[in-house]
Amino acid sequence: MEPKTEDKSSLPFFGIPKLLPYLKGHYRWPILQMVFFGILGSAMDIFQPVLQRFALNHFVSGGTLDVLPWFILIYVTVIVFSAGMNYLNAYLALKIEVSVDRDLRGLAFTHLQTLSFSYFNQNSVGYIHSRVMSDTSRIGVLFSWSIAEGTWQSAYLFGAIIVMLVINARLALLVMLILPLIVLLFSLFQAKLIRVNRQVREINSKITSDFNEGITGAKTIKTLAIEEIMEQDFVKDTSDMRRTATRASRLRGLFASTITMASSMGLAIVLWKGGILAAEDVGTFSLFMSYAQGMMEPVRWIIDCISDLVTTQVNIERLTRLLETRSDVTDTPEVIEKYGDSFEPKKENWEEIRGDIVFDDVSFRYPDGDEMVLEHFNLNIPFGTNLAIVGETGAGKSTLVNLVCRFYEPTEGRVLIDGRDARERSQLWLHSAIGYVLQTPHLFSGTVRENLLYGNPGATEADIQRVLELVSATDVVDHLEKGLDTDVGEGGDLLSTGEKQLLSFARAILTDPKLLVLDEATSSVDTITEQKIQAAIETIIKGRTSIVIAHRLSTVVNADCILVVRNGKIVEQGTHRELLSRGGYYKELFTRQYEDEATRAVLT
Amino acid sequence: MNKNKNTKKNMKLLGRFLKGSRFLFLMTVLAAGVMALADMINPQIIRITIDNCLGGKEYTGSAFARQLAEHFGGFAYLGQHLWIMAAAILVVSAFKVLCQYLFRVCNTKAAETLVKTMRDSLFSHIERLPFAWHGQNRTGDIIQRCTSDIDTMKNFVSEQLTQIFRIVILLVLSLFFMLSMNPLLTLIAFIPVPFIIGYSLRFHKKIGEGFLDADENEGKLSAMAQENLTGVRVVRAFGRERYELDRFSEQNEYYTSLWVRLGRIMSRFWSTSDILSGLQLMLVIVFGCVFCVRGKMTSGAYIAFLSYTSMMIWPIRMLGRMISEMSKAGVSIERIAFIMEAEEEKDEPDASEADMHGDIRFEHVSFAFEGSSEVLHDIDFTMPRGTTLGILGGTGSGKSTVIALLDKLYPLPEGCGRITIGGTDLSRIKTAHLRKNIGMVLQEPYLFSRSLKDNLAITNPALTLEEIREAARAACLDDTVMEFTKGYDTFVGERGVTLSGGQKQRAAIARTIAQNAPIMIFDDSLSAVDTETDAKIRKALEARFGSASIILISHRITTLSKADQILVLEKGRIAERGTHDELKAAGGLYQRIYEIQSGQQAEKEAAYGA
Repeated sequence: MEPKTEDKSSLPFFGIPKLLPYLKGHYRWPILQMVFFGILGSAMDIFQPVLQRFALNHFVSGGTLDVLPWFILIYVTVIVFSAGMNYLNAYLALKIEVSVDRDLRGLAFTHLQTLSFSYFNQNSVGYIHSRVMSDTSRIGVLFSWSIAEGTWQSAYLFGAIIVMLVINARLALLVMLILPLIVLLFSLFQAKLIRVNRQVREINSKITSDFNEGITGAKTIKTLAIEEIMEQDFVKDTSDMRRTATRASRLRGLFASTITMASSMGLAIVLWKGGILAAEDVGTFSLFMSYAQGMMEPVRWIIDCISDLVTTQVNIERLTRLLETRSDVTDTPEVIEKYGDSFEPKKENWEEIRGDIVFDDVSFRYPDGDEMVLEHFNLNIPFGTNLAIVGETGAGKSTLVNLVCRFYEPTEGRVLIDGRDARERSQLWLHSAIGYVLQTPHLFSGTVRENLLYGNPGATEADIQRVLELVSATDVVDHLEKGLDTDVGEGGDLLSTGEKQLLSFARAILTDPKLLVLDEATSSVDTITEQKIQAAIETIIKGRTSIVIAHRLSTVVNADCILVVRNGKIVEQGTHRELLSRGGYYKELFTRQYEDEATRAVLT
Repeated sequence: MNKNKNTKKNMKLLGRFLKGSRFLFLMTVLAAGVMALADMINPQIIRITIDNCLGGKEYTGSAFARQLAEHFGGFAYLGQHLWIMAAAILVVSAFKVLCQYLFRVCNTKAAETLVKTMRDSLFSHIERLPFAWHGQNRTGDIIQRCTSDIDTMKNFVSEQLTQIFRIVILLVLSLFFMLSMNPLLTLIAFIPVPFIIGYSLRFHKKIGEGFLDADENEGKLSAMAQENLTGVRVVRAFGRERYELDRFSEQNEYYTSLWVRLGRIMSRFWSTSDILSGLQLMLVIVFGCVFCVRGKMTSGAYIAFLSYTSMMIWPIRMLGRMISEMSKAGVSIERIAFIMEAEEEKDEPDASEADMHGDIRFEHVSFAFEGSSEVLHDIDFTMPRGTTLGILGGTGSGKSTVIALLDKLYPLPEGCGRITIGGTDLSRIKTAHLRKNIGMVLQEPYLFSRSLKDNLAITNPALTLEEIREAARAACLDDTVMEFTKGYDTFVGERGVTLSGGQKQRAAIARTIAQNAPIMIFDDSLSAVDTETDAKIRKALEARFGSASIILISHRITTLSKADQILVLEKGRIAERGTHDELKAAGGLYQRIYEIQSGQQAEKEAAYGA
């Protein structure tokens, strides 16, 4: 949730100047066109009362129908022309809206691909997602409809005033007397309206989360027998909603009524001071009637546009803050020059990776933390080593993995890959050589095949089959209705956890990585799958440098080197035999883990 | 036939929801009617001013208007004193504005009352649906029914229905006034109306699919962004930024192109409608002029006629959209009815609030979930009051089902045995009473998004802070909470701190302790905390609840060993029963696990060849 203070931000010119560099002037010309067509369109709307005036004065008062065909011709031309202009205006506005949306969304998305993990750890997915999807669309509306409406209505107001002044300056000035009054009243309303609308939105999202809680927490609510308490709280929120919404509608109603009343006042002025015209110049009388009544809506629209600007600057600020965030992990210009960036790699310059890793006097602190979690840490992991990291949940086991994968960079010291500082090569170079299996396997929506090919789109059918066999996932795929072409659902939800794990092994191995990073799952799966997974792990770590965040004893016991992590720090290091004989924390962990696994094995 | 019945049933449901807002909706429609009537009067005032007051023509309209004019000194006098006519316009407008205000406020209040009734009934109903129902339905789907379908219903009643009423009243009244002035011109003015409505109806039906398509693709785009963000580790580790960007850009481009195409169609519709209504007005102008020139119409009447025609233009254009959008409401009420029709948990009519301090007995209980094979076979045990029962069992052993049955999360069907507390059959005990007296800590703790204090005191909001802290102390939570800057006022959940798994579990335990129930159940909930804390909590429980009956489900022998009676469940049957001392040498499952957990270190090391 964003802090509330953001809503009160005020940037010069509503923050628009901050945004312009990102749009690169692409929209200058279309916006100008849109404004131009809008002005022409409104000119036609202004012209219609003039035509009516002619009809009244020439035909009705003059008692002749002599130029009626010409009148019809001109009238139809005006209608068609005006419709044409309004068509172009609306079409352009819509096109600009969705195009600005598209560009900003694309920019935000592209930028997110380069941001480091500290950003993702500090901001929730929901928060980032609404920067990409909803802020951009609010801004799109600002650049299109707000401007289109603003200019159309201003032009109409301006034009109507000019025509009235030309025809009868005295009456025009009288009618215009109402305008400043209206503007003042409206601006008073507007601030209140914005506030009350925001309140309504807030209560509304509160109610949605109430529903969410009432449904996801159903079991707890039942066992605690607190249905009535939850219901009372819910009714409190819905009552609050009704009260606030009614208050908002009173305000809106008052606002709308003021506009209607103002129009009538214009009409009354015309009748009172201009009524005498009706005898000899009924056309002018009717023209003033039309304008006097039609003038108030534009005023309202113009004020609406201004308040849009005010509310949208929050969105602009949030989006530009995302776009301005710099990544903690960046490649230097020289590195990009030689190896390319994450989007345009220069693979021809990439060295073959061997898979030696050295931690050289590394000290590390997370960017959002204040405690050093590694201090002057040294470790040599030559190619082919199986390194296991053990420790309790939340002890900080992923730190080393994050450094090896260069998801974070050391605060001091260096991580050497094949003898050279990881920062001397591009991130993509390193990542292309890493196979990564997450603790909670993350599959993308799509087919099994698409997921397997994620890391290596060029793999052949034979490669896929070979890898599936290697991780004993062949029958997983065989059991699926459409085999490799089965849809896995969003996040792979249509598969079981065990199936997802096996497939994510296959996905990692398909890239034939020199370096394998594996975060073992803790979630329990059935015995057969468990055995398969265990066998798969043993197979796939052979012949590579592997770093395993281990939860299974078999993985730990067979590792070449074990790091024991406690409270974020590495407390012990050595082989299984060495660590056991030392009788320290590792022994304690081992005993507990052994009991747990053995108990579970007996019970199931 | 079936469809008819459904519609009837849905209308009945809507009727039920409308209770409490019917009168307000009636007021809304009434205000709309009066408002439309007021709208009709101003053009008449103008017409009289032009024709009779200034033009000196003989007045031929209603007797009421004539009398009113006479009252103010006659038409000629009014022509000299136009401010009176202007004032009349203001009076009528003030009246209209009042109705307009009433219309809006009544309409919103009615709509909000309707929404409140719908939400309250849905929430209350969902809370009371059996647990099995919650298992069968997806959270996201239910929430959508409770949010966007309710919004659709609200729009249907408060925007579409009331607006359609308003438009129809307006059309009928203008038809009446126009007919009274010139029937032939009225006919001409109404000629384009069916075309405009028909065109708009057809358009909205057609473009509805386009909108759906665009919405779907927006969903796809949004899901892509979502997946990219949740899977950011995978994307980076596989170095697939380029691929992700290409995929997103393609969808982004496609979605945008859909809207550009829709935009072209919509703009074309708008301008075609502009032309149609422009022509409608022009017809009135041209024929009006002809009639005036031929002396069949006065200039005042002509101007009034124009006013009525322009008044009709927007309502007519809106009508098509309103009608075509109404079909959405049918789908939504159906989706809401799906929830409302599910049957709530119900007590037997003779259920009572029996004493819950007695012995708990399972008599030959067998149980199967609907449509699957039996999960419990012939479970039979007695747990004397005030004793502790330990249950050991693996996944699928049926241990969680035993306690779910005891808490009536699933009702035990007839002929499946009997569960009694103090001799009273469970089905004769009121469910709410039963659950209030069984404190249960679930395997997966769920905390509510409110402060820690409110979470712990949720079963009894009257608890003092000291009582809450005492419960927290027993659950080894107090020290942790005191470390938080806001202490017990710390907000839990999305907008507050994220508690670790162990902290959540201890909070759930403290919440149950604060419930102070004579029966307490810990469903594998102590295994999430470490052995030391586990022991501390159990000790605190003993001291505090000497007289309570406690059921412990665990894998840990140390947790179970003090129980007065231990059951070992295997595949839905009681495989062993007895005390720790009896079971640890009985040669069964319990003994094996006991040996694993207390075995010599050397054996364990040997098991892994160290």
